[in-house]
Amino acid sequence: MAKAMLIVSRHSPWSGLGAREALDIALAGGAFELPIGMLFLDDGVFQLLPGQQPAAVEQKDLAANLQALPLFGVDDLYVCRQSLRLRGLDGQPLALPATPLEGPELADLFDRYDLVITL
Amino acid sequence: MKFAIALFAPPHAPSSRRALRFAEAVLAGGHEINRLFFYQDGVHNASGSIVTPQDELDLPAQWRAFVERHKLDAVVCIAAALRRGVLDAQEAQRYGRTAIAVTPPWELSGLGQLHEAAQQADRLVCFGGV
Repeated sequence: MAKAMLIVSRHSPWSGLGAREALDIALAGGAFELPIGMLFLDDGVFQLLPGQQPAAVEQKDLAANLQALPLFGVDDLYVCRQSLRLRGLDGQPLALPATPLEGPELADLFDRYDLVITL
Repeated sequence: MKFAIALFAPPHAPSSRRALRFAEAVLAGGHEINRLFFYQDGVHNASGSIVTPQDELDLPAQWRAFVERHKLDAVVCIAAALRRGVLDAQEAQRYGRTAIAVTPPWELSGLGQLHEAAQQADRLVCFGGV
């Protein structure tokens, strides 16, 4: 049986390549039909905000790539509730159906995966 | 035990040195490395274009010597490398660039190689992810 990989994405969408390059690992894994999960943590939660205007900073829209996750079979999406709360985003609508987790739930999440990559 | 080792940080970052020393210890301990995979700024560790002052640790040179000595499978993510100008001869020709930074035994390839290595290894150990 294939090992399950959790990708922990900690970078905001417009602070460099971190968010895009974490996402690319998830999409590549999905393309190979591997069991992939993604956790948005710390500034990574900013990736989930809808209605971003990347053109204002002359960037390509990351949201389109994020929306591709379910198409690539990556449905196990999680977001750290504490990271949301610390940024005043708890309760805001998110662009992807990510399950909010905190505290021991996060520890349980890490336990469920064989492999973890944090970017 | 079989290790896949991924490196995400540039040569001047402490985690690149730690990754190399860890990889050396893996082999010294009688274990196996099924693949080195360099991603993000880690691709610069495979660059032959970096000039390190003579009295400083030359990590790209040490990585190359390590890979050659042990005939390791050493992969550089092609997408990450293209963005950072770390091209091999084939990509330099494809995109009309003059600088060739990557030569064998390093190989430019896709992220599938990271997944394949992680699936086949007993452990995936990552360095430099932040």
